[in-house]
Amino acid sequence: MRQQNSVEEIIRHAQQIRRNTIISLHSAGSGHPGGALSMVEIIAVLYFYEMNISPDKPEEMNRDRFVLSKGHAAPAYYAALAERGYFEKSALTTLRKMGSMLQGHPDMKKVPGVDMSTGSLGQGISAACGMAHYAKKTGKDYRVYCIIGDGEMQEGQVWEAFMSAGHFKLDNLVVFLDNNNLQIDGRVDEVMSIYPVKEKLQAFGWHVEETDGHNVKGLIETLDRVRQVRDQPAFIIGKTTKGKGVSFMENQAGWHGAAINDEQFEQAMKELGEACV
Amino acid sequence: MSSTREAYGAALTELAEKYEFFVFDADLSKATQTIHFAKKYPDRFTDMGIAECNMMGYAAGYAASGAVVFASTFAAFAAGRAYDQIRNSIAYPNLNVKIAATHGGVLIGADGGSHQCVEDLALMRAVPNMTILYPADTIETKKCVEEAINHKGPVYLRFGRLDSPEIYTEKKDCRASIGKGTLLREGQDLTIVAAGDLVSRALEAAKEMEKNGICADVIDMASVKPVDAELLLDSVRKTGCAVTAEDHNILGGLGGAVSEVLSKNYPVPVEMVGIQDMFGCSGTPKELAEHYGLTIENIVAAAHRVIRRKEGKS
Repeated sequence: MRQQNSVEEIIRHAQQIRRNTIISLHSAGSGHPGGALSMVEIIAVLYFYEMNISPDKPEEMNRDRFVLSKGHAAPAYYAALAERGYFEKSALTTLRKMGSMLQGHPDMKKVPGVDMSTGSLGQGISAACGMAHYAKKTGKDYRVYCIIGDGEMQEGQVWEAFMSAGHFKLDNLVVFLDNNNLQIDGRVDEVMSIYPVKEKLQAFGWHVEETDGHNVKGLIETLDRVRQVRDQPAFIIGKTTKGKGVSFMENQAGWHGAAINDEQFEQAMKELGEACV
Repeated sequence: MSSTREAYGAALTELAEKYEFFVFDADLSKATQTIHFAKKYPDRFTDMGIAECNMMGYAAGYAASGAVVFASTFAAFAAGRAYDQIRNSIAYPNLNVKIAATHGGVLIGADGGSHQCVEDLALMRAVPNMTILYPADTIETKKCVEEAINHKGPVYLRFGRLDSPEIYTEKKDCRASIGKGTLLREGQDLTIVAAGDLVSRALEAAKEMEKNGICADVIDMASVKPVDAELLLDSVRKTGCAVTAEDHNILGGLGGAVSEVLSKNYPVPVEMVGIQDMFGCSGTPKELAEHYGLTIENIVAAAHRVIRRKEGKS
């Protein structure tokens, strides 16, 4: 079922997800903090407000689906799933370790609640479109949610997916762009510009919204609005900050993929409040 | 006499009443023959346009939702162009997608090297979780399609474009299933292992050699992965040598699969009939078979070579 928590409750969950993301990445000794932190509010709103899901029945046929197309942001995804009750939070410190279900990138065969394995950029969005198309073809009324990265939009397959979702009028599909404007080699607009995004997506037949990707209230209002859209897939550009919430990680491309040392961990946790797990 | 791609199109339409599955194509439904299914079952068919990578992703999305899905295009655009989508979105999560690739090999004819996929079996064999079926005629194609539907996990089906002779007259004679091939003819001098279009040529070659007193086991190895090791080893323990025949690069295809089993379990001389690590080119199927060494005569010559090696004469 949909939880439709209050804004305050979702902000609290988001903060827990952010802390647990840092804890698991510190424990792993490698991984991708920047792009995980930038999507925390988006994923918190999906799991604690928007999606019709039952953590005790992760395979239930009519559940809403979620695909993390930017699979490297897995730590925040796992933290959100644990926060929502799909598995014990104690598992989060096994991230990226031998024998763990929490692989470096999401594995649907291992993790309860993961609807699609992702990691190779550009592919998750096609699978999300396929899930939404399947619902249309078979008369099911579940909705499909997906988060893509802005650097990921440089992959050609993403545009094949955009074209097809517009063509098939997949109004049961909502794709978020985690628009932090940073990728490994620098600023997205400098490495290989994807802009203007809004006009491009509109030209592909999508309903496009822009919002602050860290503003829970704004995200909820946007999701409520796009739920009413008919005959068009929805694209929500979430303006975000890479590394959001940890001062020395914010807006630093270097924190796309980097290990968190003990000193940095102490400082990050101080900024985020007390530890969880 | 018909092609296995036609048999594929017919099998889909026929099996659609018995099984619930969906079919995708990427603007090649007339060539892959999925058009017949599309006409009869439009609610279960989707044309994805010329976007094979996205098609594989849609197929994965369907399969992740519980469906059995066929994704059809030419071998070059499935195993080749969409390799990473097959690897990461389908095989890695072990999803129930059947990649139905027509136009494998050089015998497809005049389209030339860009379209003649000589490496698809090698690519797909190396992907974990992948099963490969490569039928030789109409009856075997239907069997393989049904086998693929009933198998939980990804299957790569390879179909040819050429009209080829019917091998089987009755379904019961065809033993093809996952991990099983069919012994078509028995002899004691050598084992010929073939798949797809080369099976009928292998049979012709065996008939030809019989005139000179050389008798061959002929195996139709429709299950390229997993290969039927038991059938192969039983035969080779008797004959002591093997020739493989395929419309594919000699690197990594059926020849590779057979050699891997033999070198590990029962090392004997092996000669491979196939494409000698070259790209294809335009030509008629007959010209191409001669140019790339895929004729009945090439199989006979390889048989003589392998027997000489077995006897220690060269």
